[in-house]
Amino acid sequence: MTLRYTLILAVVAGLLPIEVPWLGFVFTLAVSKGFAALGVAMLLRGGLISIGHALYFAVGAYAVAFLMRDAGISDLLLLCAFATWISAVVGFLVGAFVVRYRAIFFAMLNLAISMVVFSLLSKLYYITGGTDGLRVDTPTLLGTQLSRGMFDLVLQNTALVLMVVAAILIDRYLRSPLGESLGAIETNEVRLEYLGISTRGVIWAAYTTSAALAGLGGAISAIAIGHVVPELSYWTVSGQLVLIAVLGGIGGVPGAFIGAFFLELVRTFAVGIAADAWNAIIGISLLTVIFFLPNGLFGVIQHLERLRADCK
Amino acid sequence: MTPILAVRNLRISFGGVSAADGIVLDIFPHEIVAIIGPNGSGKTTFLNLCTGYIHPTSGSVTFEGRTITALTPRTITRRGIARAFQIPQLFSGHSTLECVMLAVAARHGIWDAWWPLVRPTYRDEARQILELFGLGKVTDQLTATLPEGTRKLIDIAVAMALKPRLLLLDEPTSGVSTVEKTPLMDTIIRVLRTEHITALFVEHDMEVVERYADRVIVWDSGRVAAEGPPREVLRNADVLARIIGVV
Amino acid sequence: MLKNYAPLIIDGMADAALIFFVAVGLTIVFSVLKILNVAHGSFYALGAYLSVVIGTFLVDHGWPVFSLVSIVISPLLIALTLGPLVERSLLRWTYGRPEALQILVTFGLFLILEDFQKLIFGVQPYAQDMPMQLLGASRIGGIVYLNYQLLLILLAVLTAVLLRVLLRKSRIGKLIVAVVADEELARTVGIDAPRVYILAFSIGIFLAALGGALASPTIGVAPGLGAENIVLAFAVAAIGGLGQIEGAALAAVLVGFTRTAAIYYAPELQPVVPYLVMVAVLIIRPYGLFGSAGLRRI
Repeated sequence: MTLRYTLILAVVAGLLPIEVPWLGFVFTLAVSKGFAALGVAMLLRGGLISIGHALYFAVGAYAVAFLMRDAGISDLLLLCAFATWISAVVGFLVGAFVVRYRAIFFAMLNLAISMVVFSLLSKLYYITGGTDGLRVDTPTLLGTQLSRGMFDLVLQNTALVLMVVAAILIDRYLRSPLGESLGAIETNEVRLEYLGISTRGVIWAAYTTSAALAGLGGAISAIAIGHVVPELSYWTVSGQLVLIAVLGGIGGVPGAFIGAFFLELVRTFAVGIAADAWNAIIGISLLTVIFFLPNGLFGVIQHLERLRADCK
Repeated sequence: MTPILAVRNLRISFGGVSAADGIVLDIFPHEIVAIIGPNGSGKTTFLNLCTGYIHPTSGSVTFEGRTITALTPRTITRRGIARAFQIPQLFSGHSTLECVMLAVAARHGIWDAWWPLVRPTYRDEARQILELFGLGKVTDQLTATLPEGTRKLIDIAVAMALKPRLLLLDEPTSGVSTVEKTPLMDTIIRVLRTEHITALFVEHDMEVVERYADRVIVWDSGRVAAEGPPREVLRNADVLARIIGVV
Repeated sequence: MLKNYAPLIIDGMADAALIFFVAVGLTIVFSVLKILNVAHGSFYALGAYLSVVIGTFLVDHGWPVFSLVSIVISPLLIALTLGPLVERSLLRWTYGRPEALQILVTFGLFLILEDFQKLIFGVQPYAQDMPMQLLGASRIGGIVYLNYQLLLILLAVLTAVLLRVLLRKSRIGKLIVAVVADEELARTVGIDAPRVYILAFSIGIFLAALGGALASPTIGVAPGLGAENIVLAFAVAAIGGLGQIEGAALAAVLVGFTRTAAIYYAPELQPVVPYLVMVAVLIIRPYGLFGSAGLRRI
């Protein structure tokens, strides 16, 4: 089911911009946020809420900026790969410390670290460009420099392909022993230890993976927008990611992407209709989903699928 | 014969009360030993100490010749000791089969992020174990929805799935109706004997103890007060008076 | 010698006082309702805005002296109107549900209040320092201090003491403590738990709004104030041990002094200070200075 719905989303998102070109940018951003939200959703499976995952989004984004400016790397795929790798490493290191904690304290520590990074990014003007941020030029593709319009199209479709690939991989992860153990941690951590399983190890693996996902999202976002700013690490971005994860539903991998698409579309239309109310609109949507659709938007789809299966 | 589990002078106090006051005992391979004693005498504390859930202030626990006193439950489980709990400890979001499969997967190696947990090899093994306990019908139900007696059985099945060499059971028949106790214990003991698993079980039901235990250890105020074959121990007037409360 | 450090001490204590007000409301709400109120910062901001607006009105109409009063009226108004409203209509549906959910509900509330604030007060910055001006300055030991700072310190200490007295000695306080300790039992003996929740939440947001009002003469009030302060409140509350008022006080002093010291000696570090302190404290004491796993005490 994961594959089916992610493919549908990818195809629709790939075709619509042919008719409505400006949607291409919206969809690329949606996919990038979706990656990060998927990372958050993974941790939510284990009962852990990270309100600091914007940290890895920012790491991925700034990694792209630094790689282009200081390491001379300009290829799109290389940039994404390196940024993802760097985020994974940062996640691994931070994870070593953070996985000892649970519940509110896990959330708080993630928040704290992301805010420290926000401050550092804002202050270290000579390295990070301070509050102005850094520019991200248009990357090359296999040696060729494309026009921005052409490149955007390639970026959009690359993002969609990566979305499908990631969805398949993470779905496998969540169904594997390592992934199912993550779910078991939330319900009975002690029992898991009594099975000889290291809960710390299981969480660490999930945390590192979620950091990598968020980093990839940040990288794509940086390339799409062409600019990175410290605000990428601000707590409200982390809040948005959790919001997207819950909105979409954490019961299935497509949920994160569905939530992200929903959010970006609502934001786009809300800004057109009532620019000063879009926060409130998102807030109300969130509350609506929490109270009436506890399994998120994808949960609705899953429910319908189950009904269909029962009818047969 | 060398003991499979050797406990020497185990001590721990909680707020001034001695929960373990110099425990000394040996458990030999393939034995089935019952631990009896009044509530609060430290029986569950003893199980916690043996499995690393808490650590003693002094004394040692040795398993198969190696010291395990300061290890964690995770490591001790990997060394070959499994535990079933007084209140069944299961994963409420998973089905019966999945709970047992997690144990099977844990044994084979949990560091697998690619192949599904629900795979033919694990599933067959899990099914087999569940069949042994007569749980074949409830494999796909969420454990949270099942009655307490069934959950107890599943808890024991999960522990068995780890293929331990020593199994610790905390009141296996508590919460089970009188009628069901005999078939339950028959099954457990049969599996233990067939698989050559040494077992230590805490019990309050003296009939169960008399019927199934090779040896009985009597607990009182954090120490071993008496031990021996059930016939002897359970007829001992002193034991009856102090522990079982029969005058 | 002390003279050299006196400015640091006064500034540090004044900063600690403001930080205490930011964090104590969050602590109380967490302690009684077990909810981490992300919208806490919004109430702080609303307190600041309303205080500035009322103060400016009073100043413009020739009653500058009463601008001090605006600092107290504004949080009262906010707490009395929004407190019961938000608790009844929104929060009560989240009790007993998973933490992640509760945090998200208050996050949704935060988003709504952000726009609500922009709607009422607009996006331009506000300032009103009359209350601070009114009180003037004093000269102690050759150094000039703002009396407003001294007032802040006094008020913070008073509030901490009052809260402690309220919770330990007064009837209301005992009801709150009972509900925190064991809600089911409290209900069994006839305590009206829902009323207690409304009260605790209202007190919490009163303190949040008061914090904003008290800070308003010293800062510019603009959109984003709420977002900034909620993270500070989180950090301080976590350092002190979530739900521990004494902890919040101690944490406020710790963060206040460290932040002020940073301003004096290492200004670059100033914004990061609360988070560095938080990480440092949590490494040594994972549940905060006075906190512990599963302990429910105010």
